[in-house]
Amino acid sequence: MPHTIVPTKTYVAIFVSLMALLAITVGLAYVDLGEFNFAAAMTISVAKAVLIVAFFMHLRYGQRLTWVFAGAGFFWLAIMLTLVMCDYATRP
Amino acid sequence: MPDHSPVHAHQFETLEQQHDADTMGMWTFLATEVLFFGGLIMCYTFGRFSYPQAFEAASHRLYVGYGGPNTAILLCSSFTMALAARAAQLGRKRKATALLILTALFGVGFLIVKGFEYHTDYLEELVPRFRFHWDGPEAAHAELFFWLYFVLTGLHAMHVTIGVVILMIVAVLSWRGRITAEKYVTVEIIGLYWHFVDIVWVFLFPLLYLIGHR
Repeated sequence: MPHTIVPTKTYVAIFVSLMALLAITVGLAYVDLGEFNFAAAMTISVAKAVLIVAFFMHLRYGQRLTWVFAGAGFFWLAIMLTLVMCDYATRP
Repeated sequence: MPDHSPVHAHQFETLEQQHDADTMGMWTFLATEVLFFGGLIMCYTFGRFSYPQAFEAASHRLYVGYGGPNTAILLCSSFTMALAARAAQLGRKRKATALLILTALFGVGFLIVKGFEYHTDYLEELVPRFRFHWDGPEAAHAELFFWLYFVLTGLHAMHVTIGVVILMIVAVLSWRGRITAEKYVTVEIIGLYWHFVDIVWVFLFPLLYLIGHR
């Protein structure tokens, strides 16, 4: 599969979005949202990670097999977090 | 005589196949890295779930003034890294070299800020074992937070250090003209590693510095 040459404009747009998301996440930390502070911070982090993985790491332009490899690590991490917390969160 | 061009290694049929294999190898390594950091994130999740007040109080002793700018530095470095890979892909040797060095310098900048931060933590008696003092309740649980803080950020800083060394090596290779447009995948791969280290920090920053609201 030929490797795509991504236009500089795209990289600039991603970089600006990442900096904006950083500003939002820091700003939100000073607002009391109760339980939602954590959810908001994590949602923004996931959004930043997706932008980096898709564009800077070229997952969007790569072969589909790379998606499987990239997804595997996060999938196993999700299994570990979910199952361990299923235990601790349900203890009396 | 081998019947392929000398650009790619003999076990591959085409250059593209070699690039895909190289990329896949790095992604495999990164998947193991996710689990490497994942174990510690698991410890963190357990600690934060079990001792929410202590973790929040401990987190508020860290300075967003260190962590925030450091996040920005790493995002800048990822940007220059992406541009370096693009320059290498287009065979622009000088530009690629300059951008690789710039990326490494951002990494060094990150480490310098981190060093000052560790120094502040030491002065404020927040270093478990060596110099730790906690006035509030749940001192042991607050200490657990700082154990996790130092292990997670220390491990991350180690990754940044390794990244800076490899970036400098690749910069030298690029400068000597060893990285042609056909071999740009070398830059692409160190880029994958560098972006991954950036992503780890993207999660560490809110997890460590932004617990609750400040």
